[in-house]
Amino acid sequence: MLKPDEKIDINEILKDLKNYKPKRYGWTFRKKVEKQKIGNLIYFDTSYPLKNSIPLPASRQMDYIDPQPDITITVEIASGRFEDDIRRMRMAAWHGADHIMVIRTLGQSHFDGLIEGTPEGVGGIPITRKQIRATRKALDMIEEEVGREINFHSYVSGIAGPEIAVLFAEEGVNGAHQDPQYNILYRNINPVRSFVDAGVSKKIISSFNMMQIDGAHNANATAKYGYKVMPELLVQHAINSLFSIKIGMKKEYIALSTVPPDATPFPSLRLDLPYANLLRKVFKGFRFRAQMNTKYVESDTREATVNHTLNALISKLTSADIQSTITPDEGRNVPWHYNSINAINTAKQTLIAADGIKNFVKIGNDGEEKEKEREILERAILFLEEIIDVGGYFKALEEGFFVDSGYYPERVGDGIKRPQDGGDEANTVVKRADDYLAPVCHHFGYNNLPEGLNKPCDLIDGCTFCKREKIVYIDELDPEDNVEVRLKKNEPYDKQGMFKPEVQWKNDGIILISMFLPISKEKAPYAAIEIGKKSGLTNVEVVHQQVMHPAEGSYVEIKGEVDFFLKESEIKVPEKILPLSDEEIENEVKKRGGIKCIAATLGEDEHNVGLKEIIDIKHGGIEKWGFQVTYLGTSVPPEKVINAAIEVGANVILASTTVTHGDVHKINLKKLVDVAIEKGVRNKLIIIGGGTQLSLDLAKEIGIDATFGRGTKGIDVASFIIRKLREKD
Amino acid sequence: MVREDDFQKRREHLKNMSEEELINYFWQLTEKIVDPLVELSKTHTSPSIERSVLLRMGFSSIESKKIVRYMVENNLLSHGAGKVVLIYSELKKKNYLEAGKDLSEGIGWEEVVNFYRRNQNA
Repeated sequence: MLKPDEKIDINEILKDLKNYKPKRYGWTFRKKVEKQKIGNLIYFDTSYPLKNSIPLPASRQMDYIDPQPDITITVEIASGRFEDDIRRMRMAAWHGADHIMVIRTLGQSHFDGLIEGTPEGVGGIPITRKQIRATRKALDMIEEEVGREINFHSYVSGIAGPEIAVLFAEEGVNGAHQDPQYNILYRNINPVRSFVDAGVSKKIISSFNMMQIDGAHNANATAKYGYKVMPELLVQHAINSLFSIKIGMKKEYIALSTVPPDATPFPSLRLDLPYANLLRKVFKGFRFRAQMNTKYVESDTREATVNHTLNALISKLTSADIQSTITPDEGRNVPWHYNSINAINTAKQTLIAADGIKNFVKIGNDGEEKEKEREILERAILFLEEIIDVGGYFKALEEGFFVDSGYYPERVGDGIKRPQDGGDEANTVVKRADDYLAPVCHHFGYNNLPEGLNKPCDLIDGCTFCKREKIVYIDELDPEDNVEVRLKKNEPYDKQGMFKPEVQWKNDGIILISMFLPISKEKAPYAAIEIGKKSGLTNVEVVHQQVMHPAEGSYVEIKGEVDFFLKESEIKVPEKILPLSDEEIENEVKKRGGIKCIAATLGEDEHNVGLKEIIDIKHGGIEKWGFQVTYLGTSVPPEKVINAAIEVGANVILASTTVTHGDVHKINLKKLVDVAIEKGVRNKLIIIGGGTQLSLDLAKEIGIDATFGRGTKGIDVASFIIRKLREKD
Repeated sequence: MVREDDFQKRREHLKNMSEEELINYFWQLTEKIVDPLVELSKTHTSPSIERSVLLRMGFSSIESKKIVRYMVENNLLSHGAGKVVLIYSELKKKNYLEAGKDLSEGIGWEEVVNFYRRNQNA
């Protein structure tokens, strides 16, 4: 059982893995709640709330509500070390992800067989039984903590597809990418082998109700212009979808991986909406996994976030069953912890913002949009016709039909060509002999089983699908490259509660610094590196630069590593008094028939920005709760402040002093206190000083009630006043 | 292939179809492309498929890999790994898991090959 205030214990997860059995199999969608009341409002497209979650930041002003969209939200996590990924998965679940997609290590597609143990990966993890069993076990705990099923997902592709499908089925993996076209086009695996393997893979995937996601979105990622690839996307989706159905997969477990192909500065919504709408018409009854655009992600996380927001908006304007997310930093590095979370929040925020939008907006019903849809469909049909004309799928592949950057039937001639007898593992497929036998369940294709069996595996007294104990669990094969060794490296630090900042791996020490440099764009990145080095960072790299103006300067972000550890127990936290709730303050002000305050900057001081923030309703100042503030202006003599307080019968004085030359701030505040005593009103007044150089010690020294400095919010001051008044009562 | 966009010319025969007709036609064409691929998958096998059978039979990934490698070397893949293991298990009157272990260690292949040779001659 996980506890919200305790870290997940990886060692505990690794214990007794040999005997771990996943809680459930197959895909689970969120449970929609019709017209759900959350806070004060009714929502149309939401699901059950979570037991534990972290709401969007602005919810602070909305009673911390955290409505969960009815669409599954995906996060892709894979840093190469599953033990670190598990911690990120937990954070992701708290923010609203319920579909965890694990990217595979570079090169696993070409690995002939299953990998075992827990070796470290590059740009993903090696998918092994131990890694996925440990991850599934962790997710089984995490889903209890948040109170919602979490789908675990990876790839059934490469030259070991059918074996990976078996592994996934046995270990309770809930979804998988499976598309032979992906193997062929992007992994250069032999076309015949890819389709033959796909039959068995798909049969297993479908027998365990895993959600299948296709690979068509890759055609978008590799296309020169996003919008030109639309006809081909329809063709690729159709080939994989119909092939899957003919293997026996149900439509509701076939998800089309669809990406809005474009991004700004193209007029992306206008280009992508008709396509999205058309796709949902042609593929009625299938599922839609809406992916966010990766093709146009640059190093600017803000730009990526806006594109991804628009992508999720298209999902709401059309439909989606699964909203996948792309991290805003994908254009600069392997995704970092907090960027995975940012991506989830971009999806959650947009989906909730557009809750019920289809009750107000209808698309695709007339005019130009309808014509556009028809044109894309006709172009796709012509594409299919030509595949048949040249002699079928394999011939079309050989001729480079796919991923040509022309808008079909336009052909640029840069398509990917894959000969039928070429690629990895060519000529490895054989025709099944008459006596071909596979004495196991959920096999696909010709199988010369004897008559009278209940199940194919009766021949062997049960296969692993029917008798779990028959699964052979291999722990580790490599004594150097495994999770135990990696955990050992951090153990001495863990034991002492020592830590470094991290972005993907424990104690990687990486931090990001952002800065504006008022120099030429050519020099700015080099200056940024210098600044990083002088700040004590190592391995400093520029990850982003945006020119603000060719001569005036650039915005630059650098990453670098810190080489020191901190000890958590030695981190001092100043005692913080929590502010009162909005409601409590408001009621108290009402009860007292209002609370009058006098506000001014003292002496010769024109700095009133801070004071205004504390007072003004529009900055979240104390007026918000009904405090009546008389603002006397700037540079007001202390005597005048006290006189005004007496005149209006104020209980509170807010005196701001920013200027500190010759201790003028102390002198003026002291004067304020002296005048109050002189006039016999000190006891009636709460005197509060504000300014960047004021401290609690100073307050005591001078004899005022409190000081507030940088970062103070209206609610802090309001809470203090209420508490002080109660004390005085 | 390089070709100008001749969409207007090519679409002549589609021009008068309704949207519904177009969608139906789209799926009919797809079916023509997919059917031979499904047939291919039904009637063929591969090293990975056979390893997946062995895994389901309760062999480790390491054993599965070795057995399939020997099957390919001995030109026996077309019969299926399950068949080969069960034949050897019967020949040796051994539990199939033990028989498979032998095969994974390179033991017994001659006997399986001979079995097929005898059957062919018979």
